[in-house]
Amino acid sequence: MDEQVQEGMVMNVNLYKVKLKIWLMNFSSFLRDLMAHRAAFLGAVIVLICILAAVLAPRIAPHNPFQADSLRLRLLPPFWARGENAFQILAKLGKEKFSYLLGCDELGRDLLSRIIYGARASLLVGVLAVGISTFVGVSLGAIAGYYRGWFDNVFSRFADLLLAFPYLIFAIFIMAVMGPGFSNLIFALTLKGWVEFFRLVRGEMLSEKTKEYVDAAKVTGQSKFIIIFFEILPNIIHTVIVLATLRMGYMIIMEASLSFLGLGIQPPTPAWGSMVNAGRAYMLNAWWVSTFPGLFMLVLVLSINLLGEGLRDILDPRLKID
Amino acid sequence: MTIKVLERILVVIPIMFGVTICVFFLMRLTPGDPVDVMLGGASYVTEEEEQALRKEFHLDKPLHQQLLLFLSGLGKGDLGASFVMRRPVTEMIAERLPATIELALGALLFGLIVAIPTGIICAVKQNSIIDRTSMAVAFLGISMPGFWLGLVLILIFSVWGHLLPVSGRITYGLRPEHITGLYVLDSLLTGNFAALVNSLKHLILPSITLGAILAAIVARVLRSNMLEVLRADYISLARSKGLRETAVVIKHALRNALIPTVTIVGIQIGVLLGGNMIVETVFAWPGLGRLVVTSIFASDYPVVQGTVMVYAFTFVIANLLVDILYTFLNPKITM
Repeated sequence: MDEQVQEGMVMNVNLYKVKLKIWLMNFSSFLRDLMAHRAAFLGAVIVLICILAAVLAPRIAPHNPFQADSLRLRLLPPFWARGENAFQILAKLGKEKFSYLLGCDELGRDLLSRIIYGARASLLVGVLAVGISTFVGVSLGAIAGYYRGWFDNVFSRFADLLLAFPYLIFAIFIMAVMGPGFSNLIFALTLKGWVEFFRLVRGEMLSEKTKEYVDAAKVTGQSKFIIIFFEILPNIIHTVIVLATLRMGYMIIMEASLSFLGLGIQPPTPAWGSMVNAGRAYMLNAWWVSTFPGLFMLVLVLSINLLGEGLRDILDPRLKID
Repeated sequence: MTIKVLERILVVIPIMFGVTICVFFLMRLTPGDPVDVMLGGASYVTEEEEQALRKEFHLDKPLHQQLLLFLSGLGKGDLGASFVMRRPVTEMIAERLPATIELALGALLFGLIVAIPTGIICAVKQNSIIDRTSMAVAFLGISMPGFWLGLVLILIFSVWGHLLPVSGRITYGLRPEHITGLYVLDSLLTGNFAALVNSLKHLILPSITLGAILAAIVARVLRSNMLEVLRADYISLARSKGLRETAVVIKHALRNALIPTVTIVGIQIGVLLGGNMIVETVFAWPGLGRLVVTSIFASDYPVVQGTVMVYAFTFVIANLLVDILYTFLNPKITM
């Protein structure tokens, strides 16, 4: 008997070794596909640069993003739009002609430094909001889809209820109720964000659990937990990855929209949305204050979406548009 | 068919009820006593006056009674009174609604006028320069934050180009006689040409800002649906019958490609409603979105509560209408 159990364990270990090998092979072929997909590769590179910039912000930001070097730098134009006046101010302060590349904001703070720091807020909110939404949605969706019953009913009805609110309005409402702040922001975004992952995984689970390999796993006496999370989930996780990537850009825009309305990240913490909002009042004589933070956000969201659609082409060709 | 439609309508009722309860209770989670908020910490208010205020807004009753009062009020179309303005919330919403409807219609019109021809041409001329450029622009459109697009448009067309007004619905003093509240329509009905031109000029930039994302999404979806339909056998049949290509594309392909596109438009109504708050803030458009945002900062909870419910109800009903439209367009579908 003992020998049999041991034999079985050895077989199991070997099985998982084989699975790991297959997974590694798949992963390297996935990397090759990603390199070959030009748009996705470009997106991945830019996203990576943004992440690096955000992480290394204190090292690479040329100036202090929280405090102006001098109030005279108020609304200093970007380097190509500078007149005599701006050069005089810079000369008086003992700065080079091209310092403060993108100009300064309404309080004389370096715009580029604030934009680099702003990437931190955007990426952190994006990663946390999508990460928590994915985790909650996938877990609940997997359980609801596998077991059905009251659990499925309760969460499906709750999901229907949340779907009755347009996303931004829901988030604005939650922020209005709870007040601004970073953790409230993440809460407001995830409170509805999990629904899409829940519905996706639940649906996939329903069709996946009728397949033969699930029966096989049941016959070998695997626990339900193992079957759900280690047998079925790896087969549907690629659709989750695609959705998560595509939602990331959306979450970043949501955070920026809330911060733009004054309900998200509060000044003086640099966030792209609130920077655009602060610059609105100076639109007539200092267009750069509003324009540049938004432009960087556009580049980041665009890259994330390029990567997301590329991942969809590679991982889940069923969903491909055209 | 009628039974299906009725079934669909019945499903909506519990959702609307759930939305109401949800909004009511979430609103009660707001930190701070509403009466304190109303009074703004004024020290000259006596205890009796405070109690009177509490009574006026039913804040002295237990929560379940407040909910019942709220629900019965809702049944009569009464959403309570604004803390700040001391006016019925329904009245304030009714006042702002035409502005929001006008903007939404403008955005929808812009979105569809741009998206439908683009989607068709891109599908017919797949992989041509037009197709590639349009799809690149559409991709840009789905990645662009709405508030930023609005500001850039203001910068280009108003600040630098002096072509269009920066904000508002109409120049002061030009407002047409009130019939529907939609300024463009009212000035048309009263033959007020100056007001028509003026209100249209005010409407252009907000409509483009709000409609851009709709245009981008619909164009992409329509293109891919068209591509799928154009490969179908019945299209080859229509061609082999000797039909002109335009007839094949418009009569046979477009009609079928539009059916799945309708669903996407339905889903996008939510984006339109949410974006509406942003666009109204950017352009100082005096609609519902502005009302919510200003009320949040004024802690005017009844107004926030009422407006959020109007938004949610509109969204639910719009989705219901899209579903019903979908069944009529495509009888194969069971809802």
